[in-house]
Amino acid sequence: MAGLRLDGLRKSFGSNEILKGVDLTLADGEMLVIVGASGCGKSTLLRIVAGLETPTAGRVLIDGRDVTDLDPSARDIAMVFQNYALYPHMSVFDNMAYGLKIRGLPRAEIRAKVDAASALLGLEALLERKPRQLSGGQRQRVAMGRAIVRDPKLFLFDEPLSNLDAKLRVQMRGEIRRLQRRLKVTSLYVTHDQVEAMTLGDRLLVMHQGVPVQLATPTEVYARPADTYVAGFIGSPAMNLLPGLLGRNGTMVRVAGADIDLGPQRFDRPDGHPVILGIRPEHVVLDASGMPWPVEVVEHLGAEMLVHAGRPGEAALTLKIANGTPLSDAIRVSFPAAHIHVFDQATGLRFEPIESGPSTS
Amino acid sequence: MERRTLFPGRLLPALLILPQLVLTVIFFLWPAIQAVKSSLEREDAFGTSTEFVGLDNFTDLFADPLYLAAIGRTVVFCACVTAVSMGVALVLAVLADTEIRGRAFYRTMLIWPYAVAPAMAAVLWVLMFHPQIGLVGAWLNRIGIAWDYKLDGTQAMALVILAAAWKQISYNFIFFLAGLQAIPKTIIEAARIDGARGLRRFRTILLPLLLPTVYFLLVVDLVYAAFDTFATVYAVNGGGPGQSTQTLVLKVYLDGVVNANVGASSAQSVVLMVGVIVLCALQFRFLGRKAAT
Repeated sequence: MAGLRLDGLRKSFGSNEILKGVDLTLADGEMLVIVGASGCGKSTLLRIVAGLETPTAGRVLIDGRDVTDLDPSARDIAMVFQNYALYPHMSVFDNMAYGLKIRGLPRAEIRAKVDAASALLGLEALLERKPRQLSGGQRQRVAMGRAIVRDPKLFLFDEPLSNLDAKLRVQMRGEIRRLQRRLKVTSLYVTHDQVEAMTLGDRLLVMHQGVPVQLATPTEVYARPADTYVAGFIGSPAMNLLPGLLGRNGTMVRVAGADIDLGPQRFDRPDGHPVILGIRPEHVVLDASGMPWPVEVVEHLGAEMLVHAGRPGEAALTLKIANGTPLSDAIRVSFPAAHIHVFDQATGLRFEPIESGPSTS
Repeated sequence: MERRTLFPGRLLPALLILPQLVLTVIFFLWPAIQAVKSSLEREDAFGTSTEFVGLDNFTDLFADPLYLAAIGRTVVFCACVTAVSMGVALVLAVLADTEIRGRAFYRTMLIWPYAVAPAMAAVLWVLMFHPQIGLVGAWLNRIGIAWDYKLDGTQAMALVILAAAWKQISYNFIFFLAGLQAIPKTIIEAARIDGARGLRRFRTILLPLLLPTVYFLLVVDLVYAAFDTFATVYAVNGGGPGQSTQTLVLKVYLDGVVNANVGASSAQSVVLMVGVIVLCALQFRFLGRKAAT
């Protein structure tokens, strides 16, 4: 039985189509992260699942039950908002108990559930406080607690960590992951932060302009991005994307005057087909016999450094190499064939090689 | 050099606030001082001589059953005007806050009564409730309810309350609507997910969050009803029938201007002044606290 199924969801605001057909199935207990730049429709998608927006077309099924026309409260879901949306006039206890009171649970049971949730989140000492007396991380926990006490079939997270500082974000990220694993509740998590996406999701859905571009595990999305958008979006710094032409019977790409061998991979396109060669900054290697690039800027990150190379107005290349590596003004680099991605220049879609050597992942 | 740079810095601000200061002195401070002065004096019937009588006017005032009745009447009037105008405004604001087609139009229409002159508002309600020619008044009589606000004091009171409250609904409406819109949308969405609907959501989420607005309007409306409704009440029935709609502000006018009892009227003005000062102090204190948090 599926935890959540979306069937051809579409949503338009006036003539502006925000969601252009989304199909999605989440297994019971799975955590799926929807990631994309702002305006890609990810929040709208989440709000439709929550019942806060009505889809223009399509259906939402939770646990096999069609909830498309149901009120949010009848869907058996809980949502954690970006600004936490705690009730400012209620204590932490009342914030968590509010939904249970409305459902008419007996007092003792409410007490027990709230106590259990606050123990899980370390909120026992704060139950009588008002939200304004809490720190950002504590508010975040209360928001989580409010979701947990309801024992929902589905957790919805709408960028819950965006308002926290960097250190707390890393900590809460881990807590959310542990909680979700422990409670085994199907979860939909929306974020624009690719690190959150990579670390939290069992699977990742990358959205771009209202269209799902890739649905796969984080490793798969990183290793085999479906198109140039995903390739540029996932990974930091972004993948180098260099326009070139396919040659030598599909086993070579000519980029910036150099022939780059694709090794055992061969792509079934005519020679001269315009492609985009992709290689991640961490996969570019310094090689005395490789192609020359003038160094523009070097950024030190601590353990690593970023080298930005290229000629003004021409293709740029970023390298991520160990800090302290000696550099000259012009470096020579080569691209290991196993880490080269090839995309169609016209459509941006990934080409799969027809003959491949060892797996690229 | 320093004096020169400072000099225009003082003259210019002084010049700029001068018009307001002049108006305040001529139309507010001077009459107020006059009122305090004449509240301590008694004038003979022909207005030819005055004598200082100390607090006699005040002791007479609070011994006068008519004045005490006017106080009671004013309290009832203020309570009703405040309750009606706030209640109706709150309902309208909640309705106008929902996503409806053409809500900009509704909102504009709801704000209009505020721009209607008080006397015009009174005339409007008189025309509606006139027992013979009024649409509602005549209809009430037709269906067997003896309606005549010119004969029945309770009915007259109801009518002035309606007219005065109607004037204030717009003001309250604006504040309530602004208050509702200041409530973060996600809080209401969280409440929706928690299953709170309709009246319950209003009572447990919206109303508590609106409380600051409610307090503020409570003070403003009380001040309005107590001191700012003269034109409306006077235009409806001139305080009648009998004294049934004679509120304190009306009594000041009737005793002082119509009956020419300057001393008694001035004493009443001073009492009202103290009332205004107390309510304004409350209001300022409240506003100050709101700004501080």
